[in-house]
Amino acid sequence: MSTGDHSIKKYDEELEAIRSRVLQMGGLVESQVRTALNAFELADQQLAQQAIDADRQVNELEMDVDQMVNFVIARRQPTAGDLRMITGVAKVITDLERIGDEASKIARAVKWLHEKGDQARLNRIPDIKYSGEAAASMLRRALDAFARMDAVAGASIIKDDLGIDDRFRAVLRQLITFMMEDPRTISASLDCVWVAKAIERIGDHAKNVAEHVIFISQGWDARHRSLEDIERAVARA
Amino acid sequence: MEGVTAPTPTAAASRPMVARPAMGPTVSGANGRLANERIKMDVRDLNFYYGKFQALKNINLQVAEKKVTAFIGPSGCGKSTLLRVFNRMYELYPEQRADGEVNVDGENILTSRQDVALIRAKIGMIFQKPTPFPMSIYDNIAFGVKLFEKLSRSAMDERVEWALRKAALWTEVKDKLAQSGTSLSGGQQQRLCIARGIAVKPEIILLDEPCSALDPISTAKIEELIDELKADYTVAIVTHNLQQAARVSDYTAYMYLGDLVEFGDTDQIFVKPARKETEDYITGRFG
Repeated sequence: MSTGDHSIKKYDEELEAIRSRVLQMGGLVESQVRTALNAFELADQQLAQQAIDADRQVNELEMDVDQMVNFVIARRQPTAGDLRMITGVAKVITDLERIGDEASKIARAVKWLHEKGDQARLNRIPDIKYSGEAAASMLRRALDAFARMDAVAGASIIKDDLGIDDRFRAVLRQLITFMMEDPRTISASLDCVWVAKAIERIGDHAKNVAEHVIFISQGWDARHRSLEDIERAVARA
Repeated sequence: MEGVTAPTPTAAASRPMVARPAMGPTVSGANGRLANERIKMDVRDLNFYYGKFQALKNINLQVAEKKVTAFIGPSGCGKSTLLRVFNRMYELYPEQRADGEVNVDGENILTSRQDVALIRAKIGMIFQKPTPFPMSIYDNIAFGVKLFEKLSRSAMDERVEWALRKAALWTEVKDKLAQSGTSLSGGQQQRLCIARGIAVKPEIILLDEPCSALDPISTAKIEELIDELKADYTVAIVTHNLQQAARVSDYTAYMYLGDLVEFGDTDQIFVKPARKETEDYITGRFG
C-alpha cells in the first residue's frame, strides 16, 4: 500500500472519509456484539433491545459506505493499492453488516429465552460465554488490523477462528447432553444453539475481514487457503 | 526469438478472465523477460541519445507476438523515444543515435542493412495527431501500397477495402472514397491513418498516443480496433491514459527518466505492482 498523498488532494480526502466511516461502522458493530453478549450473560432484556436497535444504524452505515465506494470508483477509477482498498472495503462492510445481524440474532434469542423463563439454566454452559469473548476479541483485532493494514495480525486472527469453531462443537455436545438428560430443556437449548451458532458466524466474518486486510495490504487472495500457506506467504511479504 | 524462456511474469495466453495475483509477494520486475510467449521483438541493452543527453538507459524487454504491449510513464520518460527506435524513425535526425539491440524475428534492426523504408513498412507507426495525406480517402490507403507492391486496379480496390474494413472505417466511407481524407472527423482520420498503416501489411503496429486528440466515442472505436488488430498483428502503444493502458494491453511497461522501472502482466501491474514507484505513478501519487 502506498502511504504518500495523491496529486489530487480531494481523492485523499475521499479515501480517508471511507476508511474512517468503515472504522466508525466497525466500532458500532463491536459495541453491538458486546451488548448482545452481555444481554445473554445477564439475561438483560433492555440490553437485548439496545443490540437489536443498533442494527438499523449499522445497516445505514453500510449503505453510506457503499455509496461512497461507488462514487470513488466512478470518479477516480482507482488502481493498485487504492483499488484493493476500495474493493476490500466493499467486502469488509458486508461482513460487518452480517456481524451486526448475528448480534441481533443473539439479542432476539435472549428475548425468546426470557419469554420461556428458561434463562437461568443457560449460565451452566460457560463455553458459550468464552466463545463469545473470543469472537468479540477477534472482531476487535480484525478492526485494529484494518486500521493499521497489518497483514501479520490478519494471519493470527485467521488462526484464532479455528479455536472458535472447536468451541462451537464443544457447546453443541454439551447442549445435546442437556437435551438428552432433560427433554424439557429442548426448546431453550435450541435457542442456545442459535446463540452459539451466531457467535461462531461472528468469528467467521471477523476472519473474512482479516483476509480482506491481507488482500488490501499485500495484494494476494488469502481466502480458501490453508493456515500454513497464509502464515508462510504473509511472513515472506 | 521464439519461445524464450524466462523466470518471471505470468503467461497472459493461459490466464483466466481476471488474473489472480500470485500467492504472496510478486517477483516480477524490470528484467523484461516473458515466459510462455512467442516473442516478436526482443530489446536488449538498448541505449539512446539525443546528442549528449541519454534518453533511454539500458532497456531490456520483450514484445510478445500478437499481443498488445503498453508503455506508460510521465512526460519525458522515454516511452515515445523507445517507440521511435522500434522503427528507426530517429534516423531522420543526425544527432540522435541508439546502441544495443532491437531484434525483430531474430534480426537486429538497428544494424540491419535492410532498406529502412522496408523496416518501417514491416513496423508501422501511428502518431498522436491524425496525419491524413491531402488526397482522397482511397489514395491515402493506396499511396503507401504503391511504394512496395505493383497491384492491378481491382487488387488495389480490394486492398483498400480490406484495410478500411480492418480499421473499422469501411461502412462510414465506402460511398465517399474520392473525398479528401482531411474532410473526415478526427476519429475517422485516425482510423484512416491506421488503415493506411495496415494496408502495407506490417507485422508490428506502433501507436503513439493514438487517442489523445479524440473524443470518448472515437477513442472507444480505436480501442475496440486495437483489440481486433491483435488477432493478426503485434501492437505496441504509448499512452498517457492509464485506464486505456489497463483496458487494451496484455503487458505494461512503466518507464521513468529513461529507465524501464517495471514490466509485466497488465492485470498484475494494475492490481499489485511489484515496485512502489509504479504504484505511486498509477495511483496518482506521483509528485
